[in-house]
Amino acid sequence: MHIPDGYLSPSTCATLYLFAASGWYAALKRIKQLLATRAIPLISVFAAFSFVVMMFNVPLPGGTTGHALGVGVAVIVLGPWGSMLAISIALAIQALFFGDGGITTLGANCFNMAIVGSFTAYAVYRMIAANSQLNSRRRVLAGAVAGYVSINAAAFVTAIEFGIQPTLFHDASGTPLYAPYPLHVAIPAMMIGHLTFAGLAEAAISAGMVSYLQQADLGLLRGVGGLAQTAGPTIADPHAERSQRRLWWAVALLMLCTPLGILAAGTAWGEWSSADLMNPHTQEQIGAASGNHAPPSSVPAGIQKLSTLWTAPFPGYAPRFIKSPVFGYLLSAMFGVGFFVLASLVGGVIARKWPRRTLRS
Amino acid sequence: MAEEDPSLVSRHSFLESTLRGFTRAVSKALLSEHAATQSGLLQQLDPRVRVIGILALVISVIVCRRLEAIAALLLIAIAIAVASRVSLSSLAKRVWLVILGFSGMIALPALFLTPGEPLFTAPILHLSASVQGMRTAVLLVLRVETAATLTTVLVLSTAWTHILKALRSLHLPAEVVTMLAMTHRYVFLLIETANQMFESRQSRTVGILSGSEQRKMTARTAGVLLSKSIELSHEVYLAMLSRGFRGEVRLLTDFHLRSRDYVGLTAFIFTSFLAVWIGR
Repeated sequence: MHIPDGYLSPSTCATLYLFAASGWYAALKRIKQLLATRAIPLISVFAAFSFVVMMFNVPLPGGTTGHALGVGVAVIVLGPWGSMLAISIALAIQALFFGDGGITTLGANCFNMAIVGSFTAYAVYRMIAANSQLNSRRRVLAGAVAGYVSINAAAFVTAIEFGIQPTLFHDASGTPLYAPYPLHVAIPAMMIGHLTFAGLAEAAISAGMVSYLQQADLGLLRGVGGLAQTAGPTIADPHAERSQRRLWWAVALLMLCTPLGILAAGTAWGEWSSADLMNPHTQEQIGAASGNHAPPSSVPAGIQKLSTLWTAPFPGYAPRFIKSPVFGYLLSAMFGVGFFVLASLVGGVIARKWPRRTLRS
Repeated sequence: MAEEDPSLVSRHSFLESTLRGFTRAVSKALLSEHAATQSGLLQQLDPRVRVIGILALVISVIVCRRLEAIAALLLIAIAIAVASRVSLSSLAKRVWLVILGFSGMIALPALFLTPGEPLFTAPILHLSASVQGMRTAVLLVLRVETAATLTTVLVLSTAWTHILKALRSLHLPAEVVTMLAMTHRYVFLLIETANQMFESRQSRTVGILSGSEQRKMTARTAGVLLSKSIELSHEVYLAMLSRGFRGEVRLLTDFHLRSRDYVGLTAFIFTSFLAVWIGR
């Protein structure tokens, strides 16, 4: 995925250098705020570690091997900003000293792997690991998925950068001046290798390292120097409580507003029932709403057949015994919201139970 | 000597290829250190001039749209390499053949996938190659070869510390330059550590390891290396504090431009602009 010089146009390189430079600036500022003087040796040594891990041959199913980027572990230990800097420094050393990746494309490589890779890995890891225990199997799964998704996200962005080159940069005869393949060739060509070998290598190294750290060095999964926020909150957060209360008030207000739907005239376009299609008055409305295209004179056979398949418990947003449409709307809203709250609670209970199965040391 | 069992070779291949990778990296670095001490054209110029000049030539390679201009830049890059006593055989092995294999493979299908005037039809496959396809494939390979030759010549003719100082004098933040310098230093220490870990594991491996065991072994090695790296960073930090580090980074930039540096810089910039003008 290390793009050499010559594959991207000067303007693409300049734009991606600008994006990467903005990321580096923000990351450097944030890291120095959190770590002050400790940042330089920590990021430097971690970058050296990332460089060496990128050289590891990870055995894959089928007897082949692949190289991993290690962005999943970098995010777990350093957080997204620290990971962005460490991976960028490792990529810069590779480009400047070992000729792996170009100099003009260094911004693009850092943007793809260090920025997109780190933030994707961070989002996926936070989402899956949530507040699970540090030594739970769920963290191993989160590490694997974070590694797999992040390398594929980076590959996808790289493929887009390649794929736009022939469209934007070609000479008068139509000869592509840089990467020659359009998006419909570049995306599958990049993604096949990454969805299989590279993705698996990344998932294997991330999951394996999380699993190892759970047994040998659990502290690193909490992050270094308070950099990573991937360990989840350890104390109650008053801000979170306040925002949750606001969310409940907003839901209640929206429920109270549901009868406003009665004010809307006619039927929503495309939501016609068999009865609407048979009714001459509604047929006129459908025709007017469809650019004066006359609807079919009879109900289409497919709609007729499927309309009897499922009968809603509250047809027309009101049970049959409710006469007042306003009350019917309110009751439907309460039922709908209640159903989703119940489903979320059940989901939460299952999710809380799952991480209790911890690894045997 | 008994012949090696193929299964034994394959089961250790991931260990051996990782070890080979480490050896390659270290030998590359040693070669670079050796070449930087030779007295040649680039070595006699101020490192800032070398960095700016080669960077200008690389940018002109990317900007040029004509094959002839890029081919001329490749010849100039080879001439600079010869004048700087960079071995052409090592350039061929390290750069030209590797790129021809990698970028050539990537560029080859473009011959047939790029629409345009028909050039020839491949026998057996009955695929039609286009003039535009041929042109884009040659353009890509030539561009990558030229840019990589220039950067390799720079790296081989300039000590890493000088490249870093030159980057600092070009107003790259001091923290970034320090991190690049420290990372470079600890890369070799960690390569050595990982090398020893893999070698010791290889010497203790007798039976056949399953795929999952191999993956676990690799991940554990990476995990141990991570723990060691974090510990090392603490030690480095304490060593920095003991030497009076207070968060401010100061680097010595003791370069002085001489008249030949001005001539060199002018030649680099003039060549770059000329190439861009001819290749526009």
